[in-house]
Amino acid sequence: MIPGAPVRDRHVVGVGLPRVLWVPALVGLALIALPVVGLVVRADLARFPELVTGGAALSALGLSLRTAAVSTLLCLLFGGPLAAVLARSGAPGLRLIRPIVLLPLVLPPVVGGLALLYTVGRTGFGGRVLELWFGITVPFTTAAVVLAQTFVSMPFLVVSLEGALRTAGERYESVAATLGASPATVFRRVTLPLVLPGVGSGLVLAFARALGEFGATIAFAGSLQGTTQTLPLLVYQVREVDVDGAVALSLVLVVVAVLVIAVARPRAAEGLG
Amino acid sequence: MSEGRGRLVAELTLRRPSFTLDVALEIPAGQVVAVLGPNGAGKSTLLDTLAGLLRPDAGRIELDGRLLTDTRTRVHVPAHRRRVGLLAQQALLFPHLTVRDNVAFGPRCAGASRAEAARLAGDWLADVDAADLAARRPTQLSGGQAQRVALARALAGEPELLLLDEPLSALDVDVAPAMRALLRRVLGGGGPGVGAGHGEAPRTALLVTHHLLDAVVLADRVLVLVEGRVVEDGPAREVLARPRSPFGARIAGLNLVSGTACEGGLRTDDGTLVSGRPGHGTNGGPAVAVFPPSAVSVFRDRPDGSPRNVFPVLLVALEPHAEVVRMRAGVPAGGPDWLDGLAADVTPAAVADLGAEPGVPLWFAVKANEVGIHPATR
Repeated sequence: MIPGAPVRDRHVVGVGLPRVLWVPALVGLALIALPVVGLVVRADLARFPELVTGGAALSALGLSLRTAAVSTLLCLLFGGPLAAVLARSGAPGLRLIRPIVLLPLVLPPVVGGLALLYTVGRTGFGGRVLELWFGITVPFTTAAVVLAQTFVSMPFLVVSLEGALRTAGERYESVAATLGASPATVFRRVTLPLVLPGVGSGLVLAFARALGEFGATIAFAGSLQGTTQTLPLLVYQVREVDVDGAVALSLVLVVVAVLVIAVARPRAAEGLG
Repeated sequence: MSEGRGRLVAELTLRRPSFTLDVALEIPAGQVVAVLGPNGAGKSTLLDTLAGLLRPDAGRIELDGRLLTDTRTRVHVPAHRRRVGLLAQQALLFPHLTVRDNVAFGPRCAGASRAEAARLAGDWLADVDAADLAARRPTQLSGGQAQRVALARALAGEPELLLLDEPLSALDVDVAPAMRALLRRVLGGGGPGVGAGHGEAPRTALLVTHHLLDAVVLADRVLVLVEGRVVEDGPAREVLARPRSPFGARIAGLNLVSGTACEGGLRTDDGTLVSGRPGHGTNGGPAVAVFPPSAVSVFRDRPDGSPRNVFPVLLVALEPHAEVVRMRAGVPAGGPDWLDGLAADVTPAAVADLGAEPGVPLWFAVKANEVGIHPATR
C-alpha cells in the first residue's frame, strides 16, 4: 500500500492534452535544463580532476558534506517531532505556527542569515547569553554554518513529513490502539513505518538544500577557508579569478544534485505536493 | 470465563453539530446487539465512544465491572487499555506488516513473546480460514480475505467487547455471505467449527449495520438509533414485527419466521413447514425464513394446486405504502403466534377485490423460491 511511482498503463488513452501546452512546457524545460548544459559545455573536462582536487576545493567539499550531514541530522531531530506535532496534535494555536515554519522557504536566505546574526551574534540577545554564560561565540564558526543550513532546510523536512503523516491518516493508529498498543508502541510500530518514505524524501531534500546553502551562510558565517567556506561559497569566491575552477566545482554540485534527485525523486514530488 | 465476560453498561451524551448522541444501554455478557439507523444517526459515534476514541460530554461506561469512562470523576481509560476491539468497514491492515504480523500485533502488545505471538496468530488465522495467507502482504489480498484477516487480528487482541462497524458493507455481494457466516461463528452464535481453544463463550458485540439480514442472522437484539436516540430496542423478531418508528418500519420491510432448519426449508415450533432456499450453514440449527411482503399473495379462499407456503391469517391492519397497501396479519383462533405481524403488499385494486378489512380471515401464500432460509441466533 505504500505508493511508489505511479505506473502508467500504456493502454489508457485518457482525454488527451491540448497540443498547444507542449510549447510553453518545452520552453520551461529548456529554461531549467539548458543552463546545466551550458555549464557542461564550458567546463574544461581535461583539467577537471586537477581543478576539483585542489586544496581549497577538497576542503570546501569536505566541509559542505560534513555540515550538510549535521544539519540534516538536526532537521530530523527537531523537525521530525515538529512535523508530528503539526500533523497530530489538536492543540489550539497550531494554525498560527505553520506559517512560521514555512518562513525560511519564502524568505531570502540572506535575510535569514542577518536574522541569525542579530539573534545569536555578539550583539544579539541569544548571542550575549551564550557568550557570557558559556563563553561560546557562534558567528563565523562552523557551528554558524550548520545553524544557517538547518534554518533554511528545516521546512523541507517538516513539510514533506507532515504531508506523509496526513496522508497516512490516523485510522491505522486508532486500530492499533484498540489492539492494545500504547501511544509509544503505536508511534514506533505503526506511525513511523508508515511515514518512513516521507522521512526519507524529507531528509534528502533537506540535505540538498543544506548543501546548496549560500546566502544565510555568507551573512552569518562568512567565508573562511576550512572553517566556514562551503562549496557554494568557494564557487562564488573563485568565479572571477579562476573561471575554470568555478565551473568545475559547480559541476561537482550539479552531480551531487542529480544524485540526490535520482534517490528521492518520486516521493519528494508527492511530499511537497 | 464464559459467564459475566463482557457485560457492558453505558450511559452517555455526546453533542455533535448535527445531532446529540444520548444513549443508555445495558448489554449482558455474550449478547450480540445490532445497531441500525439512518446515516448520521450516531452509530459510529457510539462505537468510537465505547472504544475510547471519543470522549463523551457526559456519561459513564462500564465493561465487566471495570470503569472505562466517567465524566463526573474525569475517568477516561485510553483506548489501548479498554480491551475493546474494533473492526471497521475497511480492513485497515497495517500495510508494512505481513498478514501473520498483523494478527500477532495484539498479542505482542499484550506482552507475548515473538514466537508465542506468531503461534497465536497462526491459530486465529486458522480460525477464520486464512491460515494459507499468513506470509502475504495486505496488498496481495482480496477485499474478503483482508476483512477475514482483520477479524482475526481484532479477535487476537482478546477484546471483552467487540465493535463491528459495518464490517460487510465494503465487500462484494458474492463474498459477503461467507463473511457473515464467519462472523456468526466467531460471535458464538453456535454452529459447528467454533475455534478450538478460543472463543467458545459467546462474545459481547455491537454490530452497526444497514442490513436487516445481518441483524437477524448475527444479533440477539436490535437497537434502532435515530438522531442520536434509541427509538427501538428489543429482540430482532419483535422490533421487526411491531416497528414503532418510521425507520423501524422501513427496515422491517421483510417478513421473518423463526424455527429450525430442515430439509427443504424450516420447521416452526408448532410444526409448520415453511419451504424455502437454504442459505449458508443451515444444517439443523436455529434459523429464520425471510421473505419480502411483495412476495406474498393474498386470497380469500385457500388456494390449491401449487407448491406454495399457505398460511391462514386474520387481517388486522391496512397500511398505505406508496403505491401498494401493506396488509398486516394477526393470528386466527388456534393459529400459531408467528403469524402475528406478517406483511403482504398488494395493490389497492386487490384490496377492493378481496373485500379486505381488519377482522377478515385471509390466506397468505408465498412461493418457496421467494423464501430465504438463514441461520439465526438461538
